[in-house]
Amino acid sequence: MKLKYLMVLAMICALSVGLVACGSDDSDDASSEPDATTGKLIESSADNEGVNLKIGSKNFTEQIVLGEIYAQGLEAAGYNVSTDLNLGSETVALQALKAGEISGYPEYVSTALTSFYDTAPEDVPGNAEDAFEQVSTDLEEDGLVALPPTPFQSANAVGLLTSKADELGVETISDLEGKSDDLKLYGSPECRQRVDCLIGLEDNYGLNFASFTPVDIGLRYEVLDKKQADLSIVFTTDAQLGVSDEYTILDDDQGLLPAGNVVFLTEQKTVDKAGPDYAATIEAVQSGLTEQVMQELDARVDIDKETPESVAADYLNAAGYTE
Amino acid sequence: MIPLATVPVAALGLFGDAFNFVFSGREAATGGVQVGGPDQVLDLAIKQIEVTFLALGVAILLALPVGLILGHRGKGEFVAVTAGNAGRAIPELALIALMATAVGVGLFNLVVALAILGIPPILTNTFVGIRQVDRSSVEAAKGMGMTNREIITKVELPLAIPTIMGGVRTASINIIATATIAPLAGVLTLGDLIISRNVYGDAGVLAGAVLVALLALSLELALSGVQWALTSKGLKLQRA
Repeated sequence: MKLKYLMVLAMICALSVGLVACGSDDSDDASSEPDATTGKLIESSADNEGVNLKIGSKNFTEQIVLGEIYAQGLEAAGYNVSTDLNLGSETVALQALKAGEISGYPEYVSTALTSFYDTAPEDVPGNAEDAFEQVSTDLEEDGLVALPPTPFQSANAVGLLTSKADELGVETISDLEGKSDDLKLYGSPECRQRVDCLIGLEDNYGLNFASFTPVDIGLRYEVLDKKQADLSIVFTTDAQLGVSDEYTILDDDQGLLPAGNVVFLTEQKTVDKAGPDYAATIEAVQSGLTEQVMQELDARVDIDKETPESVAADYLNAAGYTE
Repeated sequence: MIPLATVPVAALGLFGDAFNFVFSGREAATGGVQVGGPDQVLDLAIKQIEVTFLALGVAILLALPVGLILGHRGKGEFVAVTAGNAGRAIPELALIALMATAVGVGLFNLVVALAILGIPPILTNTFVGIRQVDRSSVEAAKGMGMTNREIITKVELPLAIPTIMGGVRTASINIIATATIAPLAGVLTLGDLIISRNVYGDAGVLAGAVLVALLALSLELALSGVQWALTSKGLKLQRA
């Protein structure tokens, strides 16, 4: 419902102001204000025919949806597009990019900074523009480029059942102090040894959990539902958080879990080869992706069980990029 | 800790790196903590073996009696073979996720999922092994007045041991190799080194893969020994 409302708004906006982007462009805070989409129909250009692009993504819902949105947008622009939307982790995706196996993939700025360039989580700039500039400087040395960031941000978060949060009386991660001894935390296997996850929660927040259990990220809400986990590491753009208030996420009051906008990572030589429509198309199709829209799209895949492909196609269509 | 591990292996490239990872450890690729090293790796390996034996034990307990009875009666070939073939096609991770809704994640879920992987080869091989036993031996046993139970345990089972153990060995390799997905179901095995590549780096991934392969080979070797010990003297003479 919200999505449709947003789309209509975006269309009106686009009609009234023409092709100039409307609304503010302070994309650093993931505000719930509906960000404007230009809704400009992507036109197929003969120049782009014969240019092969392979769009990658990591293997979870949000990434796959983003990969589809980019791929279908580029296809509409006339490119010859194929996809590989099942890359395991950021290191795998980066290697595939560097080896030329994919042309580009969406990555969270915070992840790129912490994982690729050893930035401490607390040193990741909170402001999207600053983070984008910092990562661009780092990437340049590797011959890589980050296209401008999406409006929405995503971050890891400590999630729990709202009933449990009320029972414990906690709103922030710091509130867990003194209570964490009895709480069981679940998270991805790598969370256990990451400073922006379990290690940081223990060292920076001084928490000590009853146990940490590694689990497939696909099961992050399952373990809460089953009451196996008291706390589970989730993503702020998760569909489950958007559609109901069954789950609560704790405020990261010490800034341990850096939020990141998504940037499309690609190689400079691909940008040169593919021409101006490449970057322009990607920037255009992502301009409508606010946190709410992204949650909505994730929800349609995770909860309504639609395919990422059709969700992406609907989004592009409703926003007026394709017809 | 083990100085010999650091100097000569540098020339081995990534393999040397993996070697270092196991014997010396290093800082996590994501920073902040020490990962790898003999203690951590040993813990993971022990857990992998533990999980494997648990699942293999459950698989044998369930599949062996059923295979014996079906084979003895000469009935249910369809069941034994179909179960065998269908069982091979089950995606483990999907099974774990499916069971997570019913029983949650953890050791129980994992052992059941892995046991299901081990049942088909044991069931099929037991059935086939028993069926292949020379009918005249069974008839002779009947003639001597043996009960059904005695025929199974004293005639059919000993004669079918090589085939049955073949199934157990296949099952054990399937299980120990698949136990690498355990960290996705709440149990930390060597698979953690492979799954959490962001933390352990390529050296960790390679170390994990090599160690799992070595474990699988050792288990295969050990079970060959068990098979040799279980096979009756008569059969050994026959083969020699």
